[in-house]
Amino acid sequence: MDRLVFLLGTGLARGAVLALFALALVLIWRGARVVNFAQGAMAVVSTYVAFEVTSLTGSYWLGLLAALLAGGLLGFAVERGVMRFASPASPLSGVILAIGLVMVLQSALGILFGPDYRPMRVPFDDSAIVVGGVPLLSPYDLFVLVVAVVVMGALAVLFRWTSLGLQMRAAAFAPEVSRLLGVRVSRTVTVGWVLSSVVGSLAALLLVPTSLGLNPHATDSLFVLGFTVAVVGGLDSPVGALVGGVVVGVAMSLVTGYLGAGLVPIAVLVLLVLVLLLRPAGLFAAAEARRA
Amino acid sequence: MSQRSRSVALIATTALLAGGLAACSTPEPSPGVTEDTVTVGTHTPLTGPAAAGYSSISAATKAYFEYVNDNGGINGRSIEYVVKDDGYNPATTSTVVRELVQEDEVFAVINGLGTPTHSAVVDYLNENEVPDLFVASGSPKWDQPGTFPWTFAYNANYIVEAKALATYAKETWPDKTFCVLGQDDDFGTDFTTGLLQVLGPDGLASTQTYSVSTQDVVAQVGAMQAAGCEVNFLATVNGFTALALGTAAKMKYPAQWVSSSSGGDYPTLVGYLGEDVAPLLLQGFVSSNYLPFSPDDEWVSLFQEINDEYNDGAPFSGNTVFGMSVGYLFAQALAKAGDDPTRKSLLDALEVGALTGNGIVPLSFSKDSHAAFEGVGITVVDKGVQDYVDGQIYTTDAGSGAVEPYTGTSVPLEGDGIPTA
Amino acid sequence: MTGRQRLPGQRPLARTLVLAAGWTVVALGGTFALDPFRNYQLALVAAYLCATAGLTVLVGATGQLSLGHAALMAVGGYGFALTTNALPFGGLAAFVLALLAGALAAAVVGLLLGLAAARLSGPYLAGLTLAVVVALPAVASTWSTVLHGDQGVQIPFEGVPDALRRVVALEQWQAMVAVVVTAAVVTGLTLLRGGRFGLKMLAVRDDEVAARLSGIPAGRVKVLAFTASSVAAGVGGAVLCFVAQAVSPGAYTVGFSLLLVVAVVIGGLGSILGAALGSVVVVLLPWLIGRLTASLPADAAQRLDGNLAVLVFGLLLITVMAVAPHGLHGAIDAARRRRRPTPDVPPPAAEPAPRKVLVPTEEQR
Repeated sequence: MDRLVFLLGTGLARGAVLALFALALVLIWRGARVVNFAQGAMAVVSTYVAFEVTSLTGSYWLGLLAALLAGGLLGFAVERGVMRFASPASPLSGVILAIGLVMVLQSALGILFGPDYRPMRVPFDDSAIVVGGVPLLSPYDLFVLVVAVVVMGALAVLFRWTSLGLQMRAAAFAPEVSRLLGVRVSRTVTVGWVLSSVVGSLAALLLVPTSLGLNPHATDSLFVLGFTVAVVGGLDSPVGALVGGVVVGVAMSLVTGYLGAGLVPIAVLVLLVLVLLLRPAGLFAAAEARRA
Repeated sequence: MSQRSRSVALIATTALLAGGLAACSTPEPSPGVTEDTVTVGTHTPLTGPAAAGYSSISAATKAYFEYVNDNGGINGRSIEYVVKDDGYNPATTSTVVRELVQEDEVFAVINGLGTPTHSAVVDYLNENEVPDLFVASGSPKWDQPGTFPWTFAYNANYIVEAKALATYAKETWPDKTFCVLGQDDDFGTDFTTGLLQVLGPDGLASTQTYSVSTQDVVAQVGAMQAAGCEVNFLATVNGFTALALGTAAKMKYPAQWVSSSSGGDYPTLVGYLGEDVAPLLLQGFVSSNYLPFSPDDEWVSLFQEINDEYNDGAPFSGNTVFGMSVGYLFAQALAKAGDDPTRKSLLDALEVGALTGNGIVPLSFSKDSHAAFEGVGITVVDKGVQDYVDGQIYTTDAGSGAVEPYTGTSVPLEGDGIPTA
Repeated sequence: MTGRQRLPGQRPLARTLVLAAGWTVVALGGTFALDPFRNYQLALVAAYLCATAGLTVLVGATGQLSLGHAALMAVGGYGFALTTNALPFGGLAAFVLALLAGALAAAVVGLLLGLAAARLSGPYLAGLTLAVVVALPAVASTWSTVLHGDQGVQIPFEGVPDALRRVVALEQWQAMVAVVVTAAVVTGLTLLRGGRFGLKMLAVRDDEVAARLSGIPAGRVKVLAFTASSVAAGVGGAVLCFVAQAVSPGAYTVGFSLLLVVAVVIGGLGSILGAALGSVVVVLLPWLIGRLTASLPADAAQRLDGNLAVLVFGLLLITVMAVAPHGLHGAIDAARRRRRPTPDVPPPAAEPAPRKVLVPTEEQR
């Protein structure tokens, strides 16, 4: 029983970061009907910015702020400089452009910073709070959970109750009609990219301190897991991203704990296949989204 | 463009590739050796997810060779070192090793790094009778003179290491509970095999594995904590050693850690953990080694000088010592291979057992053994300094042989670290 | 698309076969002009071409993008290696059997993936196939008693057949075998795409609803297309295993899978000639860049080695998609049209459909 509680706690902490990253994918999908395969690589770039700024100034929060700014700028640059070339009629061209971007960003980071892992610090106590002999979440894990929930809440408010959010949803759903109705579709798409890149950067920033460290490939597995989360929850649904994150995080933790770490990628694949085939709409999305 | 001309053009391209690249090169009698140079090469990961930590090895070897060359070379020849990046991808290893042998025409391949990667080329090198020296991997596979006559190991193999570490642990902490965390490949299974030989079939209370693709060992460390593990063996690479120790600290789980040399290099671990917390987390950390590593060792000071002068003062770690020691051993083999070295004379020099290397235990190279070090010393970290524990050197074999304490001395430094015939 | 003679299915079968055979002989002759390493590279190009030709037909004719073709190559490689090791005899018969086993294994896995693929589109399929490649090392280590974990499976060395030993070097022999097998695969794919099935694939890609209304079983067509593409990739993996005498999960990484996509995109999506050109580029470019960086100081060379090639590939991918979505093949085509604007060259509207995938025109939507 202790073991189960411990694994659930671990899975929850891991799931929160996955949820945040999946949320970034959902944002782009809602904003531009693109699955951003470069999300992970873009987030690593921002994390390097955070690392450099923190090393220079000694302040974690300045680093965080710089990374979020860099994430926003990068989102803007990628949308204007690369993704504009994607053909709106073909979902493949966006995927291929993103793949090109992954290769460019990761190799550029490799050339600039080398392959070594760099340790990242957080200004939190990251040792677990022990309850009844079972180490549960650490204050840092709680911080991650709170950030994930707050960001998700803020985005829900944005989409549901603000004019910008409404325009973004309209533009993504029916760009031509929206344009006729006076929505500046090109602007809402850019905003979607900026927002998504900021959220993705935040997810990587929160994850990297708990992993091996910062390296050009630090988010490789985050992308696959984040994608799985987004599919489980439904690419259209921010709430789905949160629930999907928890489902995938806990599932990974249980598989590692009871079956062995080596089976995790297989479990992820099985989960992905099952959801795609049995509940193609994800747990929370409209059915037609899947065939876009 | 019609379908027909499409397939025509396709095949034409193939033909064009064939014609356009035509360049003939017939192998020379002793490839890679000229009047004043000897060219050798290696494959090692410089890029890609698995590259972290390894790139410093080939750089150190190269720096050592430059030092030798500036001091007159070996038998009047300077050593050229061609380093090829394989990204730890066996398919790339196949390609770059063929490039080394066929295009660069190297005399020998030395210190090819990694078990899966080198496995992809060991047949090729032996079929082509190319000396395949000092493989940088602890797999027992490289010590098979009958199957791979041209292949020689370098690292103490994982089983030998595990048997020595287990013997030390059993003597030092006789009543504790032992467990292991291992990589989910040969490294982990070979190491665990060695541990069980010494500790007995029920000697491990918990056996956990991790996969390099998942950078999270919370569940595994949690299981060890739950199983009441007190002394934890690690068959982990440096990054995962750091991750395991960091995770345990976060879970307020104090344990004694005992790591294979592949994941027990203090300066590298500091790189992962950070200067501030590393000395605390690593206090009392036990590992093994077979190369000079004491801060006051004469080899170490020589290598530090070479590192400063020929390697731009790159961070000095166990990898630096490893790379330079490999360079020294090759230089020694070359020196003993005669004034006009051939691949065969190089092999003979290795098999007559004339090489000493610079390890803390003697090299075991002979006609019947292509294993380099059949023993290791125990190291421990105290107040941020990793050093050998006096009198704790063990020799053993990769089979069921006994673990014997070794009382001989380590190889002293001679002639400024430049071997002579 | 009017005019029957302009549809891809109208080329006489016999002519295709004769041409394929003729040019294969020319390519085989070419191997005599190459040194061993060049022949090794030729063998690599041939093996990659199996996979990229399969991938480009899949993308071009059905609009499905797979990021998992590296895994399918691995399946073919494992099928080849395990069969070779299980057979009590060697020689040509063993090679052919092992090759068929590799193709069969890839067909089975491809069929399963294809069943999922038929229900998915665009990014969903890309993400699923990516997860397949990511899971490959885990599969190899979970079933390590058969697949031998990250060490992979080695096959015994088999040299040049005795009859040819005097005239043919080992690498040349391997290149020749690779060329012959690849020629068969490419011819098969060309015929498949050129035949009735090709028309069905195009119909499904261009308008699935219309295709269904015309009685084309769209789902089955997609599944079959994916399976055929998988078989091609599996044969490519088997050829690679034959050349390298080993197959291991570390060789079939996400990076390699993306490299296959690079090859088909820069060659021009949907074009088999483009896939061939792309395969040449992905084999030669890293090698050329390695040659260039070798002369740099050690530190710079360490940083640039490997990374620089990936950087160039990434830039190529973006540039091609943004500026010239028809790739190298499109560029060659355009140059040829400029040079020779004769009436026998079909007008652009009658171009084989692949190029329309990425930039569909109004009438296609």
